[in-house]
Amino acid sequence: MEITVNGKVHTIEAESDTPLLWVVREQLGLTGTKFGCGIAQCGACMMHVNGKPMKTCVLPVGAVAGAEITTIEGIGGQDELHPVQQAWIDAQVPQCGYCQSGQIMSAVALLATNDDPSDDDINRAMSGNVCRCGMYGRIRTAIKRVAENQVAIYDPKANDTQSSNAGEMKNG
Amino acid sequence: MGKWTRRGFITAGVVGGTALVIGVGIRPGNRNSKLEQYVTSDGEHLVNAWVKIDAQNQVTVIVPHSEMGQGAQTALTQMLADELDVDWEMVSFIEAPAEDAYANGPVGKGFVLGDTKIPKALVGTVDGLFQTVANSMHLQITGGSASVRATGVYGMRVAGAAAKEMLLAAAAKQWGVPVASLTAKSGMISDGSRNEPYATFVVAAGELQPPYTPKLKTADEFTIMGKSKPRLDIPSKVDGTAMFGIDAKVDGMVYATIAAAPVFGATVKSVDDSKARAVKGVVDVVKLDDAVAVVANSYWTAKKALAELDIEWQNVSQDVVDSKGIFEQFQNDIESAVANGDVKADINAGDSDAAFASATRVVERQYKVPYLAHACMEPMNALALVDEGSCEIWTGSQNPLGFKHQIAEAIGFEADNVKVNNFFMGGGFGRRSRPDAAIQAAKISMQIGMPVKLIWSREEDTQHDFYRPAVLSKFRAALDEAGNPVAWENHYVDKHEPAEAPLIPYAINNQSIGSVDSPTHIPFGAWRSVDHSQHGFFTESFMDELAIEAGADPYQFRMDRLKAHPRHQKVLALAAEKANWSTPLGKGQGRGIALQESFGSLVAEVVEVTVTKGEVSVDKVTVVVDAGFAVSPDGVKAQMESGVLYGLTAALHGEVSIENGRVVQANFDTYPMVRMDTAPQIDTHIINSMESWGGAGEPGTPGIAPALTNAIYAATGTRIRDLPVSQYDLDVDFVESDSV
Repeated sequence: MEITVNGKVHTIEAESDTPLLWVVREQLGLTGTKFGCGIAQCGACMMHVNGKPMKTCVLPVGAVAGAEITTIEGIGGQDELHPVQQAWIDAQVPQCGYCQSGQIMSAVALLATNDDPSDDDINRAMSGNVCRCGMYGRIRTAIKRVAENQVAIYDPKANDTQSSNAGEMKNG
Repeated sequence: MGKWTRRGFITAGVVGGTALVIGVGIRPGNRNSKLEQYVTSDGEHLVNAWVKIDAQNQVTVIVPHSEMGQGAQTALTQMLADELDVDWEMVSFIEAPAEDAYANGPVGKGFVLGDTKIPKALVGTVDGLFQTVANSMHLQITGGSASVRATGVYGMRVAGAAAKEMLLAAAAKQWGVPVASLTAKSGMISDGSRNEPYATFVVAAGELQPPYTPKLKTADEFTIMGKSKPRLDIPSKVDGTAMFGIDAKVDGMVYATIAAAPVFGATVKSVDDSKARAVKGVVDVVKLDDAVAVVANSYWTAKKALAELDIEWQNVSQDVVDSKGIFEQFQNDIESAVANGDVKADINAGDSDAAFASATRVVERQYKVPYLAHACMEPMNALALVDEGSCEIWTGSQNPLGFKHQIAEAIGFEADNVKVNNFFMGGGFGRRSRPDAAIQAAKISMQIGMPVKLIWSREEDTQHDFYRPAVLSKFRAALDEAGNPVAWENHYVDKHEPAEAPLIPYAINNQSIGSVDSPTHIPFGAWRSVDHSQHGFFTESFMDELAIEAGADPYQFRMDRLKAHPRHQKVLALAAEKANWSTPLGKGQGRGIALQESFGSLVAEVVEVTVTKGEVSVDKVTVVVDAGFAVSPDGVKAQMESGVLYGLTAALHGEVSIENGRVVQANFDTYPMVRMDTAPQIDTHIINSMESWGGAGEPGTPGIAPALTNAIYAATGTRIRDLPVSQYDLDVDFVESDSV
C-alpha cells in the first residue's frame, strides 16, 4: 500500500484497518504525532488529510490511500517554522508538550480557512483537543496573534536547540 | 532513612556546602568515574556536580530534575547561571543521568534534614513522595514542587556561587593579585587591565579546595533570576522533535500492550491465548503474575490480539467492594475512632471540649471527594531490553534513579546492571514517580529476549493508576453568640502528605484536627498537591459556611482571622482587589474565594461563575501567588494556570468510582476534561515577598475547588459538599440556604 505523507510517497505494509497514527509513527518513524486515547476523544493524533484536521487514531490507513497527509513534521518549511509554531513559542504555550502537535495541527487548519477567528470559532475548532496542562488561554492568545500578524520572524539559529536561548519572550 | 550527618556529607566531598550529600566525591581531583563521561572533551573540566565549563567558555548545567512541563530545568539553569555570572546565551543544560552520584542531595538536605529555612511541617512532604523509594540514597525525584525551592536554592545557587569563587581564586593566584581586586561578569574575569574568560582558569580552579559557604547574591544583584526566560524545552515541543518515552526506539523492537487484573490485588488464574496467538503479526503472549501482555509487530496488532485473550482472574475478597461501601466504611471508622479515642492528632490546641460545651450553636458539616486518576496525556509506557544480565529502560520518569533501583529489585538484578534513559514526560502530576509500567516492560523483555516497547491503552491507564484517595472529612464548629467560631474540630480519613495539609491559618483558639485510618485496596498515589488537593476543598468550604452562618462576607471573615499572618492577608487582599470582590454581579452569578498555603507558597483564588439552567460556566479565575520570589515570573504564571485547570477539571468532572472492586471509568468519554470551550480566563498576579522561596507546580491546585464551589453557592444557594460538581442538579432558582 502507498500513502503520501508530507509530500512524499511511502510504501507501507499494514492491515488496512490499522489506524493511520500507528503507521506513521511506527513505519515512517514520524513520532511527532501522539497517541492519547485511541477513541478520537483527545486530539493528540491530529493530522491533516487533504487539508482537513482528522483524528488519526481511528482513521484506517486503508481509507487514506491517495490522500495528501500532513503531520506536524510537515507544516513548516525547510528552515522555518509555520507562523502558528512561532506563535506557540512566543506565547510560551507548551508545558509537557505532548498534546501540542495535535493542538497546532488543529490551529493551522482553523487559520487556513478563517483568518480572523472569533472566540467561538476558536472554541469550535479547538475543543476536540485536550491539554492536561491546561494551556487553553495561551493557545487562544497564540491563535489570535497569528490572525493579527503579530508573530515575529523566525530565527532558526535562536531556536533550534535545547541548549540555546530563544531570545526575549513576547509576553513576559 | 539513612543518617546523613553534616560531617558525613563534607567528608563525601561536598562542593559549595550543599551540592552533594550522597557520599560520592565529585569535586575536582576526586572525580567519580561515572561523571567522567560528561566531561566529553579534553578542554572541558568538571568544576562541580552541577556545572561544567568548557574550553570555549560554554557552561553546561547538569539539572537533576526531569521535565514534565513545569519548566524546572530552565528555572534551575537560570539560578546557577545568575550566581556564576555568565550570560544566558552561554548556558545550556543536560538532565542528570540516573546515577547515584546525581541523587538529589539538596532535596535531601532541604527536606529530610529539615533545614531551618524550610518550615518544619514540610519535612514530611518528601517522606510521603518518597515512600516507595526504599533507600534514601536513591532520590532523584521531581515532585513536591521542590525543584526551585530545594534543588535550586540549596544546590544550583550555591554551586554557581562556589564555582565563581573558585575561578576568582584561581585567577588571583595566577595573576598574583588579591581576589578582592577582581570582578567576574559575563563569564569573564577582570582586574581592570586584563580581561580573561573563565575557561582560562578552569584547570587551576579544579585544584582548589571548594568553599563551603560561598557568598550568594542579594536580590538587587540578580541579573537572570526574576526574568521570564523562554523555556529551553519549548522549541522542540512545537515541531514534533521532542522525544517522549513513547517515542523511544531501538533496533529490533517489538510492541506490547497489556491487561492487568481489573481488581487491584488479583492475579491471573488462567489464560486461553489461542485466538490471540492466531492473529497475524503476534510474536508472543506473556503471562505475568497479575497481568497478561500481547507482543506483536505493531501496537495495533497487539491491541487487537489482546481483545482476543480469554483471561480468568483469581477471585479475591475485594471483588465486592464499591464506592458506596468505601464511604460507609469511612463513616463507620471515623465514628468508632472518635468513640474509642483512636484519632491521630494533627493538632490539639486550646480546649475544644469546653468550647463545644459552652457554645451558643454548633455547626456540623461533612464533605467528600472521590478517587481521581492522573490522566497524563501520554499513557504509561516503557521500552525495555533485558539481555545477558543487563537491563536497559527508555521511559519518562519523575524519579529515574528510583526507577533504576526498583526495576533492579523487581527483576532480581544488581542496580549497576540496570540503566534508565529518561525522556520528556507527557504529563507527570505524580503518576510518573511509579515504575510499574517499566517493571512490566522489563519482565516481558526478559521472557521474550527482545527489546519491547510496552504501551498501555488509555483505558488501562485510567483503570490502573495510583489514585488520589477518596476521602470523607467531618467538621464541627462551636459558635459564640455573635456567630464567631471559637472551636474547630475536623476528623478525616486517609492521611498522607504533606502533614500540615489539614491545618488552617485562621485564628480560632480551640482546634482539634486529626486523622483516622481506614484502608482500602485502591492504590494510593501522589496527585498534584497530594493531600492539599482534598483538604483545601474541605477547610476552605467549611470556612465559607461559617462565614455565611455568621452573616459575614466570606473574604472579610477570613481577613479578620488572619491578623497574625500579614503575608496571608496581603495575598488574600490583592486577590479580592484584582477580582473586584465587592462589585455586585448579576442574577445567577457569584464569586467564591479561597486561600491555601502549600509547598512553601501562598495562593489565593477568586472564581467567578454564571449558572444558567443548571449549567456552570466558570468565567474567570483570579490568582495571587506569593512564592517568596519568582525565579521565572512567566513560569510561575504558567504553573498557576496549569494548576488551576488541573484542579478545575477534577472539581467539575473528576470521579473515579469503584464497582465490583474495579474502576468504572475508562477513557476521556467517561473521565471528562475541561476543554477550550469551557476553560476560564485566568488572571495571575505575583507577589515577591522575599520570604523563603516556595514551589509553583502544585500550589495553584488546592484552592480552585473551594473557590469554585463557594462561587456556586454565592450564585445559587446550593452548597456543594461532595465533588465533583457535575453530579449536582443546579437547575434551581432562589434557594436561600441549606443545611446538612
